[in-house]
Amino acid sequence: MDQLIAFLDMGGYAGFVWSSYGVTAVVLGGLFVSVWLGLRRDERTLARLQAALGGRRRGRAEQAEGADPSPAPHSASARPGPAGITPRTADNGEPA
Amino acid sequence: MHRFANPTRFLRIANAILPWSVAVMVLSLAVGLVHGLVLSPPDYQQGETVRIMYVHVPASWMALFVYTAMAVASFVYLVWKHPVADLAARASAPVGAAFTVISLTTGALWGKPMWGAWWVWDARLTSMLILLFLYLGYMALAGAFDDRQRGSKAAALLALVGWVNIPIIKFSVDWWNTLHQPASVNPVGDSGIAIDGSMLVPLFAMALAFKAYYVTTMLMGIRREIAAAKARTLRLAEVQG
Repeated sequence: MDQLIAFLDMGGYAGFVWSSYGVTAVVLGGLFVSVWLGLRRDERTLARLQAALGGRRRGRAEQAEGADPSPAPHSASARPGPAGITPRTADNGEPA
Repeated sequence: MHRFANPTRFLRIANAILPWSVAVMVLSLAVGLVHGLVLSPPDYQQGETVRIMYVHVPASWMALFVYTAMAVASFVYLVWKHPVADLAARASAPVGAAFTVISLTTGALWGKPMWGAWWVWDARLTSMLILLFLYLGYMALAGAFDDRQRGSKAAALLALVGWVNIPIIKFSVDWWNTLHQPASVNPVGDSGIAIDGSMLVPLFAMALAFKAYYVTTMLMGIRREIAAAKARTLRLAEVQG
């Protein structure tokens, strides 16, 4: 117990030593989490867009072929559908 | 529009590296913390505050290293127009800024008990503060344009010009009379390595952990940027029909 208190006390410099490690943990941990969450969000958005766009393209192709109702061999039905995507209103701020 | 030379190949390499960089990061962090906080002895002059060194010094090394990596990536982007180099530089900036913040904060926390001051305007501390502003300026500039490529070019130029600060930081303790002590780990200089082995173990372990942290976060950041760029292209294709 005394050993633990002595360890935590850091020779009287507890505030300085532990704050240093605390700041390091908070800054590096916070950045790591924020990069991780951003990566997940952007990759999900991309997957949703790809699913939506792939679905629309296939739909058009089927119409052109005379609207064969049987599903294509590489059906996107297992993927999440285009729900939630509203094309043509996407505001990406990019010049065409 | 942004075209990727070969993002698929890059993603394959990145995904192969990521588990290893995470493993190295976790292992060396464990070794560094156990040695730094428990096993290594207190300093004969600085007492227990010397333990601040095990985060302060590796973070400062990384602050300089990441900026140099960012400048190299910016150079590659400007000269060869390699798009992944731009993404690497963009993904590096926040990591470098984080290490600079840690370096400045832990330096203040070490300076107060040992020097009697949180902050002094000596050459080392001031040039390190400028490094933080360079990182922040890079991030602001990279995101400041509607045309992403203009932002990339302007930010890459800033990264290159700002690199002049790196040798100034490195040699500030030799060129000027600073309150900050000169380097104790100086393999190419006269002083050599002036630290006992018991303190070198946590120092190098933490340095390795921070380097692996940089590799991990940068690769995740590039992956994120590639996904975002692909999503932008898809939206654009949709709008154009």
